Amino acid sequence: MNFIPRRLILSRILAALFTLPIYLVLGLQPFAQQRVDVSGVAQSLLPLSVANFASDQRVRTDVSGVVHSDLGRSGLFNMIDSGIVLADTGPVPAELRGKGIDMLVSGSVSRLADGRFDVRYRLNDLVKQRAVFQRSIVVHPDDLRMAGHRIADEVFEALTGEKGIFSTRIAYVSKQATRYVLQIADWDAESPQLALSSAEPIISPRWSPDGSKLAYVSFESKKPVVYVHNLATGERLAVANFRGSNSAPAWAPDGQQLAVSLTMDGMSQIYLVSARGGSPRRLTSSNSIDTEPVFSPDGRSVYFTSDRAGSPQIYQVSSQGGEARRVTFGSPYSTSARVSPDGKLLAYITRRDGRYLVAVRELASGNDTLVSETGREEAPSFSPNGKWVMYASRRGGRDALIAASVDGKVKQQLASLSGDMREPAWGPLPSK
Amino acid sequence: MKQVTRRLAMLTAIALTLGACSSVPLEEEKGAPIDNRGAAGSGGTPAPSEPAARSAVAPVQAASTASTGLQAALSDPSSPVFRKIVYFDFDSFEIREEFRGLIQAHASFLQANKQLKVAIQGHTDERGTREYNLALGQKRAEAVRKALVTLGVADTQLEAVSFGEEKPMNQANDEAAYAQNRRAELVYQQ
Repeated sequence: MNFIPRRLILSRILAALFTLPIYLVLGLQPFAQQRVDVSGVAQSLLPLSVANFASDQRVRTDVSGVVHSDLGRSGLFNMIDSGIVLADTGPVPAELRGKGIDMLVSGSVSRLADGRFDVRYRLNDLVKQRAVFQRSIVVHPDDLRMAGHRIADEVFEALTGEKGIFSTRIAYVSKQATRYVLQIADWDAESPQLALSSAEPIISPRWSPDGSKLAYVSFESKKPVVYVHNLATGERLAVANFRGSNSAPAWAPDGQQLAVSLTMDGMSQIYLVSARGGSPRRLTSSNSIDTEPVFSPDGRSVYFTSDRAGSPQIYQVSSQGGEARRVTFGSPYSTSARVSPDGKLLAYITRRDGRYLVAVRELASGNDTLVSETGREEAPSFSPNGKWVMYASRRGGRDALIAASVDGKVKQQLASLSGDMREPAWGPLPSK
Repeated sequence: MKQVTRRLAMLTAIALTLGACSSVPLEEEKGAPIDNRGAAGSGGTPAPSEPAARSAVAPVQAASTASTGLQAALSDPSSPVFRKIVYFDFDSFEIREEFRGLIQAHASFLQANKQLKVAIQGHTDERGTREYNLALGQKRAEAVRKALVTLGVADTQLEAVSFGEEKPMNQANDEAAYAQNRRAELVYQQ
């Protein structure tokens, strides 16, 4: 049951996005995540506020801070600091009306006898003076941040009609001194957990469709080998460890097989292997480099990078094999293709005037939007709702992770505590 | 050219000595001085021969004695197989003329020591994307592998692999550093 005219709010947001030519850099909110740059946020978007959640205990995690930070980073709301503590029950103080707040998130966090926390929250429509929804979740203390992300997702979906991505996870590789660490973190790169640490490079992490495993390339045996790694158990299987180099894993949508680039017959060519290992089946046959495969969401075709025409370009071939069709033209260098979950957009790296940029192409029209700007960008990865693209960007001599809207209008650098952050891979929506 | 010939002569001499060495297990002690010479070269003072080292040689190691000798050949700066890196031009996979001698020397060495295996590790500079650079590095390693096979080395002794841009020799990001990073390295396996 809807209490608010969703469409009206969405159209208002969109109208604000398109009519405002000037995008401003917002200062950090007092209880937002520190260490985050938010840019490209328009000023007169839907005015939204997240009250500090009431709490009867000393709670380590600032749940409402996570909600505020997530919604602020979407670039779709004008985040207003309410300056109050407000639980999910009871009336909204009249004083808030004067602050121009249309929507308000309030809530409470309380500790249960078994050590878990009960998080209760309410989305209040201050214009219509009624609750949009009022809900609660019970979580383990370590999952309080994730609870904040889930609340942000529910608020986002109620206000925009779109699925939020705030409770997704990302994988990335950080280089700390001489070690390479494969990290799993919240979408905002916070709360990283170590999945693999190695003295040798790790590249190309890719999530299995169900989010339980990662495939990646590790050089721990002094050559590139493709592993499938179960995140919950830490179990690892070398699914491609053939003569020569094994790299560029890509999951088929069914999670049963992977496309990889192998050099067992000389040049890098694309093969299919089972996610449980076994003999590879060759997919491409050329006298050139064929690498970086990625499946279309329907599993019927594979996009890949090939230099068969002299320079690296993106091609598309049926996942059953056959003739490949060239997709990119007009740049001397186009690599690292990723397809959006709806199959309509292609993110890739393109070289323009000697600079390596993230481009997002609308496949139907062939129109490109250049999303990035420093010219040292790599490894684009779509959010599961297809609205965002995350990539690595070299800035100030360090690799950082950037999340940008696919139209390039909203961008943010994600938190970095130390070292380089690179090779981001955006995970799927969590299964409920 | 003359230099190459002289090097090849020396290489053949080494190969013959080592060949003899590996076929006659009793020659263990002959391996030891080569080892010491290597230590003297890096340490500055000649290492005295130690009885402990001699007793340690005893158990399994007829083959390992030979490999110690081979390692000395590979680490002796005056040996033709001392240099193990082939550099490449930007966006190129062609072996430059100046490295033909190096590859010929390794080809002869590998043919004389068929038990040896070598990984040819291809590398690129940091420009461009990681996976594509991995494929480019492979192309460089492949070029060296093919050259060795053409010179008669058994393919089973060789494996061409790539590190792409992951292991730069020079961390700087200027043209001089890039030139040092575009390379294929011959890494003899233990």
